[in-house]
Amino acid sequence: MELNYILELSGVSKTFGQTRAVQRMDLNVEAGQTTVLIGPSGCGKSTLLRLMIGLIRPDTGTIRFEGTELTPDNVLALRQRMGYVIQEGGLFPHLTGYDNVSLMAQYLGWDDNRIKARLAELTDLTHFPTDGLDRYPAQLSGGQQQRVSLMRALMLDPDVLLMDEPLGALDAMIRAGLQTDLREIFQTLGKTVVMVTHDIGEAGFFGDEILLLRDGQVVQKDTLETLVSSPAEAFVSDFINAQRSPLETLGGGES
Amino acid sequence: MKRYWLFLFVVAPLFTVPSFVNGDAPEVKVGSKKFTESVILGELISQIAQSAGASAVHRRELGGTRILWNALLKGEIDAYPEYTGTISQEILAGEGISGEEEIRKALAAQGIRMSRPLGFNNTYIVGMKEAVAEKLLIRTISDLRRHPDLKIGFSNEFMDRGDGWPSLRDRYSLPHRDVRGMDHDLAYRGLERGDIQVIDLYSTDAEIQYYNLRGLADDLGHFPAYHAVILYRDDLQKKAPKVASALLKLEGRIPEKEMVKLNARVKLDRVPESRVASEFLEATLSVKTDVQAETGASRFLKHTREHLLLVAISLLGAIIVSIPLGILAAKVPQIGQIILGIVGIIQTIPSLALLVFMIPLLGIGGPPAILALFLYSLLPIVRNTYAGLHDIPMQIRESAEALGLPPAARLRLVELPMSARSILAGIKTAAVINVGTATLGALIGAGGYGQPILTGIRLDDVGLILQGAVPAAGLALLVQGLFELAERGLVSKGLRLKAE
Ligand SMILES: Nc1ncnc2c1ncn2[C@@H]1O[C@H](COP(=O)(O)OP(=O)(O)O)[C@@H](O)[C@H]1O
Ligand SMILES: [Mg+2]
Repeated sequence: MELNYILELSGVSKTFGQTRAVQRMDLNVEAGQTTVLIGPSGCGKSTLLRLMIGLIRPDTGTIRFEGTELTPDNVLALRQRMGYVIQEGGLFPHLTGYDNVSLMAQYLGWDDNRIKARLAELTDLTHFPTDGLDRYPAQLSGGQQQRVSLMRALMLDPDVLLMDEPLGALDAMIRAGLQTDLREIFQTLGKTVVMVTHDIGEAGFFGDEILLLRDGQVVQKDTLETLVSSPAEAFVSDFINAQRSPLETLGGGES
Repeated sequence: MKRYWLFLFVVAPLFTVPSFVNGDAPEVKVGSKKFTESVILGELISQIAQSAGASAVHRRELGGTRILWNALLKGEIDAYPEYTGTISQEILAGEGISGEEEIRKALAAQGIRMSRPLGFNNTYIVGMKEAVAEKLLIRTISDLRRHPDLKIGFSNEFMDRGDGWPSLRDRYSLPHRDVRGMDHDLAYRGLERGDIQVIDLYSTDAEIQYYNLRGLADDLGHFPAYHAVILYRDDLQKKAPKVASALLKLEGRIPEKEMVKLNARVKLDRVPESRVASEFLEATLSVKTDVQAETGASRFLKHTREHLLLVAISLLGAIIVSIPLGILAAKVPQIGQIILGIVGIIQTIPSLALLVFMIPLLGIGGPPAILALFLYSLLPIVRNTYAGLHDIPMQIRESAEALGLPPAARLRLVELPMSARSILAGIKTAAVINVGTATLGALIGAGGYGQPILTGIRLDDVGLILQGAVPAAGLALLVQGLFELAERGLVSKGLRLKAE
């Protein structure tokens, strides 16, 4: 049963100065599932992801990845089995799309053919135009940049994909297109995904399971339906209602 | 990606300085100060040494007494012309020494010998324009007390020396407030224009007649005698006995009138010192010397080579040291503040002072100038390396980390290439400052484009000044252009796109 959990956080806390970003968190991420972290801005979503990939160390508690506790000694190796798409892209502006995606593979000494073959698979998967690989990030649209970020995270075929608001910076039209593509990709790959969003609609669209956070703690962990039908506390319905679209309110489509 | 990394290893072309030493002839190095009389005497000494079988080198126009004296003590020069007053008042200051024999004994204790006086007494005098002095009825230094508003421009050396302005002021109770230190040659021009009314000058100056000046009588007998002598090292006697005895042939052979004439030949008639010296030696000592006048082109090439050498070595050294320091500063904030503080302080030291500080460590010539220029070049490169790394956005830094790249690889593949523009801009700034500051190297015998500038100021020869100033400015522009080209090669197109 332990094997079903790819990431296990137990008693994890992280404080920045006075801010308690994550408080005594117990969280297990099930393999093959898409887990969505949602909550108001500043509730600790990004901090949780950064803890999972070892960019920061917890003040208390332990984090296990595939049964191994993350330590400064093994974190570099373990990261190669995780893919991370950072908030706001984080593409290397001095490298072409090709070099951005293959940087780590080149560092690990993959030969050119292997890299090219892998890139062909990824451009196919993400519907990315092949000629875009020769461009620099500044020459790509926002949606294309996110696809490059995604390819970079998937390059080494990681066991888990951590995504921090991957669609946050995009405008609505592009966002809708990319949402569909992303869900298709997740289904094709059957990968474990942990995704952060602040949009409840998006959470429902992707998430097998949604974790609603507040002040570094989990308020409720359920499917969207359950969150709506039986909220654990008033905060849950408040959070969901606050995001209801004006159109929906106009149509009076909800009780 | 390797090419982004290359800029660390941009190797500036190195120039080697050939040294021509003919056969077994002992090498005799002669120094002189940066005023015409000293250069002529230096030329006389080196030509006599040459005619006595040595391979003589004349390091002309060095910055001041201390520089020459220390160079003599360290054996970087074997001989140079000096004045007894300067020796007792400045070199041996505070030892209460006066009189030729006492001086000779004190010098011998330090391994230095002194010739007998060469003939003339080039004492300091205080001078004014004849017409102005006449109008104000000033004949003696004491008379100056009645005119406290006169503006005074003394040579920088006179401002500082033991028998200079401070003790002159005390001796005569002079009330003047507007007293400036300035280059001796500029003082004459200030006097002509009326910016200043009183200057210090030497009794053998060619200008006394040319500018129609009146020397004020030293009525309280303040100034000691300044008999010209030759100082040389004990070991010259052993190394080149013939040279040592040949030098002494100059003793008593240059009376004051003769020296004024020689000075005027150079300063007013624009005859090169080497020819003036050679003619004098032939006429008075029947010593035939062979003076090869350097052509303009070969002199230009020599100065260019010296200048490039100063800049290239100091800049290359600064690049090699500064980039790691900048990286360290960015990675370890506590050490970073210290590093940035220290290189910042170095930058505040006036360049001339920094050059002179180097002399006790490295003597005169190229090495101390290179070290000073090296120190000057640190700040822009360290600061820009630090700033370039420091300004990399958090997301980019973390993206590299999240891939699993170890710190050294992150630095090499992501952080340094992203800072390339900033680092290169720092190197460019350092290079341009360096090219300009290197012109001061001539003051401590490092040559370069500063040499014609120095000589030009001394001889009031604008053409000569331009021969140094124009190529120095051109070189600065060239360096700037080269770095802009280098930026295309070394800064990723992706970064250049962003800036456009
Ligand atoms: N490096 C940091 N230093 C100081 N405070 C931080 C840091 N990272 C996050 N925080 C604080 O921790 C809290 C949680 O941040 P974060 O995890 O980024 O929230 P979000 O849920 O919006 O992603 C916020 O109050 C934030 O200001
Ligand atoms: Mg966030």
